[in-house]
Amino acid sequence: MAVRPIETDVTKTSIKKLPENLTGVISTEDLHVYYGDFEAIKGVSLEFPKNQITALIGPSGSAKSTYLRSLNRMNDEIKGAKVTGKILYKGRDINASDVDVYSVRKQIGMVFQRPNPFSKSIYENIAFALKRHGIKDKNVLDEAVETSLKQAALWDQVKDRLHESAIGMSGGQQQRLCIARAIALKPDVLLLDEPASALDPISTAQVEETLLELKENYSIVIVPHNMQQASRISDYTAFFHLGNVLEYDETRTVFTRPAIQATEDYVSGHYG
Amino acid sequence: MRQAYEEELKQLNISFFRMGRLVNEAIYKSVQAFVNHDKELAKIVIEEDEKINQMEHDLEQSCIELIALQQPVTTDLRKVITVMKACADLERMGDHAVSIAKSTIRVKGNKRVYEIEELISQMAERVKEMVHSVLDAYTVDDVEQAKAVAEADKKVDQMRRDIHAECIEWIKQDSEVVVGSTDYMLVSTYIERIGDYVTNISEWILYLKTGEIVELNTHHHYPEEN
Repeated sequence: MAVRPIETDVTKTSIKKLPENLTGVISTEDLHVYYGDFEAIKGVSLEFPKNQITALIGPSGSAKSTYLRSLNRMNDEIKGAKVTGKILYKGRDINASDVDVYSVRKQIGMVFQRPNPFSKSIYENIAFALKRHGIKDKNVLDEAVETSLKQAALWDQVKDRLHESAIGMSGGQQQRLCIARAIALKPDVLLLDEPASALDPISTAQVEETLLELKENYSIVIVPHNMQQASRISDYTAFFHLGNVLEYDETRTVFTRPAIQATEDYVSGHYG
Repeated sequence: MRQAYEEELKQLNISFFRMGRLVNEAIYKSVQAFVNHDKELAKIVIEEDEKINQMEHDLEQSCIELIALQQPVTTDLRKVITVMKACADLERMGDHAVSIAKSTIRVKGNKRVYEIEELISQMAERVKEMVHSVLDAYTVDDVEQAKAVAEADKKVDQMRRDIHAECIEWIKQDSEVVVGSTDYMLVSTYIERIGDYVTNISEWILYLKTGEIVELNTHHHYPEEN
């Protein structure tokens, strides 16, 4: 079927508030991100639910990854980037200049698109950051390595080769190791930027399964690598378009009866 | 991902089975109410149909969401489609139970024919067994059992024809049984239709296993066969 070029009205928005039975874990208020003169995010206010998976979807260039990166101050690393507005976490604006970004990232961890394990042993990949945070006790480190690998659904596969190089693992295993590495620091929130885009379907399914298990203990915000992934695993979905959020609601609503036409056109593949 | 999907399918099956049991109870109660002229029980059947309708609505909603969110294909897709189609059949069966219940409430001191009421009871008993058996065939994914259930529907059709013939005989002999016998004929037709819906469910069980949409037990009778 040919993709029908259509004119979609992108001026209407529908941003749902979280229902009373869900607690918010992190939110943004009127968040803007500028790269030099270019305004990439144009005032986004969203609240993400605790112990749920929220997906950020939208066409390329909609700034969903930029928004995700701003949630743990990763945009600070980009020269010429400026972030205004509030990022509220535990009642505090973590976008304030006096906030220690490293402690922010300990609470709000990030997993990237391509698995990027250190060229160290599986064990060291996880223990490394903990050691840097001053944990030296071997028993504590052993336990943290085991717990993180179990939570990332990797323990059974690697428990007998913890001291082998992480580079020899499959792509799916490497990505789950990166997830284990991120959760070893016991963050509250896990941000994932297309964590399965470099993986084959089986590894993708394993990562998705892992995320569904992780939401018991963590709040997850993910930029999925396609819409199907968003529909499969997320509880909430935000639809981004050119730096704005046009719709935010439960995933089941967004994918079955979205409130605005632009979302309908995008999720049906008619637009974007 | 599979695990979460399997879990959702499992929940769907549990709800479907629960709905099936509720419908079977409704059918049984409606016929009991009819032959015992128990209007209170008939009212309960009518009230409880709300629950059946709600269950169908919820099941359909779950199926639609599963299709939209998980995009199942092949056997996974057939599992969802089977539940969606079969729960609509169950809901219609529940509606027929309500029709039987309404016939019970309508009855106002008509002259009864115990022989025919006995035949209706026997017919209902058979359909009840069919419903039970088709739900069982669905649970254990047994195509042969599903076919056997569809085959059993032929006997139910025959019973309906026998009851109609019997009613006509009684009407010829005694004009006082005209009103009552009309209800007997109606109720036996409702029960026969329930049997047809059970056959439909058998067909969906076959579809689930083979992917083919088949017609089991097609039987078009002409008026002279009646």
